[in-house]
Amino acid sequence: MRLSIGPIQYFWERPRVFEFYDQLAHSPAEIVYLGEAVCSKRRLIKPEDWLAIGRELRQSGKEVLLSSLTLLEAASEVGSLRKLCGNDEFMVEANDVAAIQMLSAAGKEFVTGPGINLYNLRSLRLLARKGLRRWVLPVELGLDTLRDLQSMRPERVETEVFALGRLPLAYSARCYTARSHNLPKDDCQFKCLDYPDGRMLETRDGQEFLVLNGIQTQSAQTHSVLGQLPELEALGVDVLRISPQSQGSPRIIEIFDEARNGAGPEVLQQELISLLPAGACNGYLLQRAGMDHDDSQAA
Amino acid sequence: MELVCPAGNLPSLKAAVDNGADAVYVGFQDDTNARHFSGLNFTGRTFEKAVHYAQDRGRKIFVAVNTFPRPEGFSRWQAAVDQAADYGVDALIVADMGVMDYACGRWPDLRLHVSVQASVTTAEGIRFYHENFGVRRVVLPRVLSIGQVAHVVRESPIPVEVFGFGSLCVMVEGRCLLSSYATGRSPNTYGACSPASHVRWEETGDGTDTRLNGVLIDHFGEGEKAGYPTLCKGRFRVGEHVFYALEEPTSLNTLSILPRLREIGVSAIKVEGRQRSPAYVAQVTAVMRAAIDHCLQDPASYRPRDQWMRALGSVSEGTQTTLGAYHRPWQ
Repeated sequence: MRLSIGPIQYFWERPRVFEFYDQLAHSPAEIVYLGEAVCSKRRLIKPEDWLAIGRELRQSGKEVLLSSLTLLEAASEVGSLRKLCGNDEFMVEANDVAAIQMLSAAGKEFVTGPGINLYNLRSLRLLARKGLRRWVLPVELGLDTLRDLQSMRPERVETEVFALGRLPLAYSARCYTARSHNLPKDDCQFKCLDYPDGRMLETRDGQEFLVLNGIQTQSAQTHSVLGQLPELEALGVDVLRISPQSQGSPRIIEIFDEARNGAGPEVLQQELISLLPAGACNGYLLQRAGMDHDDSQAA
Repeated sequence: MELVCPAGNLPSLKAAVDNGADAVYVGFQDDTNARHFSGLNFTGRTFEKAVHYAQDRGRKIFVAVNTFPRPEGFSRWQAAVDQAADYGVDALIVADMGVMDYACGRWPDLRLHVSVQASVTTAEGIRFYHENFGVRRVVLPRVLSIGQVAHVVRESPIPVEVFGFGSLCVMVEGRCLLSSYATGRSPNTYGACSPASHVRWEETGDGTDTRLNGVLIDHFGEGEKAGYPTLCKGRFRVGEHVFYALEEPTSLNTLSILPRLREIGVSAIKVEGRQRSPAYVAQVTAVMRAAIDHCLQDPASYRPRDQWMRALGSVSEGTQTTLGAYHRPWQ
């Protein structure tokens, strides 16, 4: 199984972004997805910056893709998407069906990200005919469904699993980070910059439940499949996706690298948990509530 | 502008038709539709009656087959499509591209509408469904401002339906996993959000806690009316503050912008609420009918009447209403 690094879901200052990708160049990850997939107002990194970062990573031997915005609303966002899909250097990860339409119309191969609902074989086969090269299993689907899909997936289509990260659970017209500061989205003052791993939302009895990340809502716990790598390998999963967090990502990538190369999971599991901002969950993979955490299968 | 109203059972369907709906949308009694609640929806005989009741009176009936089948259940979705087609319904409302692929191949004459659950917000996205499956209408998610809706309507190759009234999803439909994260039951796969099976009301010393699969969604003090724990409408702590962090209990109400919706070329107005009572369906249908008729006859002098606003307010969540994302400052 190869390791991929998903697009940065948060809004980081420029130096942090460049530093992150400088480090990645020397990491064991084989694939890197670049770009802004959450909010079009986040423009500290320009399209040409992403292309430059992509070229450097490609020089270091990485497979590089550009991720598209998940929720499209304004005409200007569709215009940016058109430019992204028109680039001739990197394959695009489509996170909305508009991107699929543009890419397939241009005869380009593409990857579908977590924003695309591919729940059955008929949908997979349809997109395979349109140029689907790789798809990310929707995060709410479990091993049982993955098994069914893998047993009959179209030839030449690779499967990627969201392996580590706070789960992208929902997108809205409303910016919740701005709302939490009593600001409207049109005057958000880029509050997301203050929360490099999103802003915690707790229940009134103190349970860390969700994380606000602009217009996106995430799980507070970090989804981790580290305990299920043998099952995923046996099912023929091609790629494991690690979603960037502000601290600890380089070591997290190494942990998954060691685990895929056969290192015993118990010690790695403990170290991994210590690197996560609010603990782990893995319920989705086990056909349960996504927030559940079962580490009995870790060994 | 066509008025499209919800029905979760035969009395509701009759209420919708009798009060002036141009079309009524329904679902079957399983997880193939996004209102999969116990005691709700239609099976063979009642479904046949429903089709006749609507069509005999010159109204249309649409069937929502708008959840996302996984491989082991795909045949159930095929059966739902076949049953709707066999009974000669006027349109199917579909979300999953695999189900659309099946429906347009097996029933080429059956009219397909893209469900709000397909999460399509752009003309480019609409073209994907139009070119691949010949869909003839799209229902837009409740995430676009009125200006953005106008733009999509202008560019869209097919007519556009929007939500006009009802409970408000604040997340883009079809891509919201909050309920499945907390309960394992997802609108996408199971057809329910914040399902009653996982709800607990607990009396505490100083009021009532409402929980969803154990997660505290809200706490109501003595004398405060405890609301249903819909996940996105609870009170949570962010930083120092406890508040409705995502959205308040409120319903969408577009009476004040009906002339604008007409002007920009919206083809149909949808009312949410297949899970609601026949009384709700009757009341909302009657108000929306009167308002749309007034708006079409004389858009320049149209104003929402107080009695309409009161009637809709009384059946709204938290008895309050909003323009939602249509109105930019809401965002």
